[in-house]
Amino acid sequence: MATTTASGASGPKLNHIGLPMLEYRGGKSTLCAGCGHNAISERIIDAMFEMGVEPERVMKMSGIGCSSKSPAYFMNRSFSFNSVHGRMPSVTTGAILANHTMRALGVSGDGDTASIGMGQFVHLMRRNLPMIYIIEDNGVYGLTKGQFSATADIGSKLKTGVINELPPIDTCSLAIQLGATFVGRSFSGDKKQLLAMLKAAIAHQGTVMLDVISPCVTFNDHEGSTKSYKFLQENDEPINEIGFVASFDDIEVDYDSGEVLDVQMHDGSHVRLRKLLADYDPTNKANAVHTLMEAHEKNEILTGIFYIDTQRPTFIDQLNVVDEPLGTLPESLTRPPKSALESLMANLQ
Amino acid sequence: MATGHLALGQEQGERSTDHRIVNDFSINVATVNGSGSQSANSVLLKSIFGMGVPVSGKNLFPSNIAGLPTWYTIRASKDGYVARKRESDVLVAMNAETAREDMMALPPGGVAIYDEQLNLKQYRDDVVCYPVPFDKITAGICPEAKLRKLVKNMVYVGAVAQLLGIDLGVVESGLRKQFAKKPKVFELNFGAVQAGFDYAKTTFTKQDPYFLERMNQTAGKIIIDGNAACGMGAVFAGVTVVAWYPITPSTSLIEATADLLKKFRVTPEGKATFAVVQAEDELAAIGMVLGAGWAGARAMTSTSGPGISLMGEFAGLGYYAEIPGVIFDVQRSGPSTGMPTRTQQADLLSTAFLSHGDTKHVVLLPGSVKECFELSYAAFDLAERLQTPVFVLSDLDLGMNNWMSEPFAYPDKPLDRGKVLTAEDLKQAGSFARYRDVDGDAIGWRTLPGTPHPKAAYFTRGSGHNDAAGYTERPEEYQKVMDRLARKFENARKLVPVPVVVKNGTSKIGFLAYGSTDFALRESLDQIEKEHKTSVDYMRIRAYPFAHEIHDFVASHERVYVVEQDRDGQLASLLKLDLPGEQVAKLRSILHYNGLPLDAQSITDEFATKEGL
Repeated sequence: MATTTASGASGPKLNHIGLPMLEYRGGKSTLCAGCGHNAISERIIDAMFEMGVEPERVMKMSGIGCSSKSPAYFMNRSFSFNSVHGRMPSVTTGAILANHTMRALGVSGDGDTASIGMGQFVHLMRRNLPMIYIIEDNGVYGLTKGQFSATADIGSKLKTGVINELPPIDTCSLAIQLGATFVGRSFSGDKKQLLAMLKAAIAHQGTVMLDVISPCVTFNDHEGSTKSYKFLQENDEPINEIGFVASFDDIEVDYDSGEVLDVQMHDGSHVRLRKLLADYDPTNKANAVHTLMEAHEKNEILTGIFYIDTQRPTFIDQLNVVDEPLGTLPESLTRPPKSALESLMANLQ
Repeated sequence: MATGHLALGQEQGERSTDHRIVNDFSINVATVNGSGSQSANSVLLKSIFGMGVPVSGKNLFPSNIAGLPTWYTIRASKDGYVARKRESDVLVAMNAETAREDMMALPPGGVAIYDEQLNLKQYRDDVVCYPVPFDKITAGICPEAKLRKLVKNMVYVGAVAQLLGIDLGVVESGLRKQFAKKPKVFELNFGAVQAGFDYAKTTFTKQDPYFLERMNQTAGKIIIDGNAACGMGAVFAGVTVVAWYPITPSTSLIEATADLLKKFRVTPEGKATFAVVQAEDELAAIGMVLGAGWAGARAMTSTSGPGISLMGEFAGLGYYAEIPGVIFDVQRSGPSTGMPTRTQQADLLSTAFLSHGDTKHVVLLPGSVKECFELSYAAFDLAERLQTPVFVLSDLDLGMNNWMSEPFAYPDKPLDRGKVLTAEDLKQAGSFARYRDVDGDAIGWRTLPGTPHPKAAYFTRGSGHNDAAGYTERPEEYQKVMDRLARKFENARKLVPVPVVVKNGTSKIGFLAYGSTDFALRESLDQIEKEHKTSVDYMRIRAYPFAHEIHDFVASHERVYVVEQDRDGQLASLLKLDLPGEQVAKLRSILHYNGLPLDAQSITDEFATKEGL
């Protein structure tokens, strides 16, 4: 663990920037008891605490829906923007353009992403904006009482007996195809995998897209649902085991390079992916998409880090902007001098 | 542009060379879209400007890349009138498809310069005809066949220059400036001008009364289009984030902005102090603007009617969550797709109240290219001061056409970045409530993401919130925020640009108007004086919410005509919502909404009819 203990035995555990876990907590959740989203909020708190991220350096972004309420339930010291339905990507893009020194953590849902927000989602993936985009994916609309979303599997059954007959949108294979540089799927009930994935995500520089299956206890946790706790516990097939060694951890671990892929992240930390699926290469786009499509045909739910690329420039790199946040540049740098206007006027005469 | 003026055979020779018409006529160049006539027309316009004669140009173009008819009208006016003139006096007919119609639209005694193959003389014997063998002349001076289509346009420039008396030296220096870095292109183009000039000189005897003569009315003035001026205003406002989606007629506003940013806003190390992003649609464009405004940037987008409709939901979020941003709307003819390349002022109501719920917006209304510049940079100050989206409503006529202007003055005040708390402020205050009115101006203090203080963060949301930015459904908490927003809007009346009193004498009748209507209305005031011996006062509105001066103007007149370019009298409607009940009955409308820029005579005639003059 990337944590140290305070000098006094009685004090709370502090992380490597000297903050206790309490400083990463949020308000009390108003979601249903047992909602997968609450577990994800907990893992976000753990990951941010363990990684020693300054809460004031984080922008929590969301759209509309149960998932999008959750930023109120973690990291109260971070800046939060609960925007409009399906449009969190554009708001986050603007916020990062204004201040690219900030971290952005976006929380969306399957409706907010794969239906109303699909247009903005795909363009966000293309840009490789530096941000973490989490889909809290339960396959249903909760706040409007349980209609199917576009990630629901064929044959999945609603409580009312309605069967979904339309194919699901696989947000992971889409994200890989479109240019996201860190793509994974996890399950809100898998504490260990999700925490490791989130820590690796924090260490990544471009767009991280995580589809986290997060059962809806009220509308989609029954027999016949393919997004229930029971179904996930029985059908979750991890393709790799994720190990994470933070840059500030002075740990040397031996690993078998034949079975483990070591990925060095920009911040100096290491992500170590132990192969569970034979011949799976998470640096190969076509292979990743192919594997995901095959899994669909076999009704398997694969989890793990599907794709990682630490080399592709981010949107901010491509815009070639100054190091300082654009939003707070001084007037001397943003308003051209009087001579500039005079030369323009002279040219127009 | 066939206005259907038929007068075949009548009043032949009414205008003869006996009475000269100097510096007071309009030229209509009829060409085909995509034929490259734009630079030739621009040379003509700038040559007249270079002779010191007040001039304006209008591009009446189709929504098409190439092949459909297009017209460019140039008006020379010794009196300085720059609005569209209803009839053109001189036709340059280069488009076979519309040539007959264009010819029929000329007034008796008008002039037609045309490709000799068109044989336009057959249609009118009351028009002075100058047929020119354009292809033959062009072939003679341009050996490269593929360039001839472009060069041909310069031949008409030469012929027009000779016939109307444009100084060839002025044309030459204008062309030299235009092709400063391409001497060969200059040679070829000026050769074509010279050939057209020589042909006209040796072939024709001047039979028409139209002449251009040197004046000194344009010295020190500039020529620029409104979109370029808006872009310039944004750059001198220090804009840092620009997000946009292409749409006619707003695209050139962004292009101008981006060009200037590349020119003036790159550090010596080659890094940009700005970001320009072409978004996936208008929803994303305004989303980026609000995200950037929230995080502290001066951000803008530009669009036209259809884009405004798409931005509705986000505009409401910006209003309610109180986020600055600047949105330009270069209006075109609606409803729906409407006529994308034709002008109108019909977005006023939808912009003022854009979005559901009790939403209302600050809207700035520039009425000249100079104001496009000034109100553009004012919009950024107002958006940050008032913490709200600010709309700047221009239109296609103002935005895409060239206008003469006094040079723009450098902003005389530093940027107003509004009420922002720093970590230092927070250390002293201990905490803050984002939406609390602590200063009595109905504007809260905000922090920017990243402010290094544990109490700096707040939760921004479009859902019901109390003055500490917490989620609420409590009636009194919700209403408190809504009431403060209403007070903030009320206070904005005193912060927005004041109206311009163009004329306020002793008349019982007044005119109210905004934007590009001004050009025609000023001319109409003179026409009404001259033709109807009536003096009318005139106040030009420059912003919504309406300043109190506008209420006073209505109160001090018996009848007030609201002149605007839409079908439903949108400005009049907005005024009626704002004025005290007893004043409302004073308002009446003069409306223009056929897609063409407004002309003075239409206003004068309708005014006279309504007044029974």
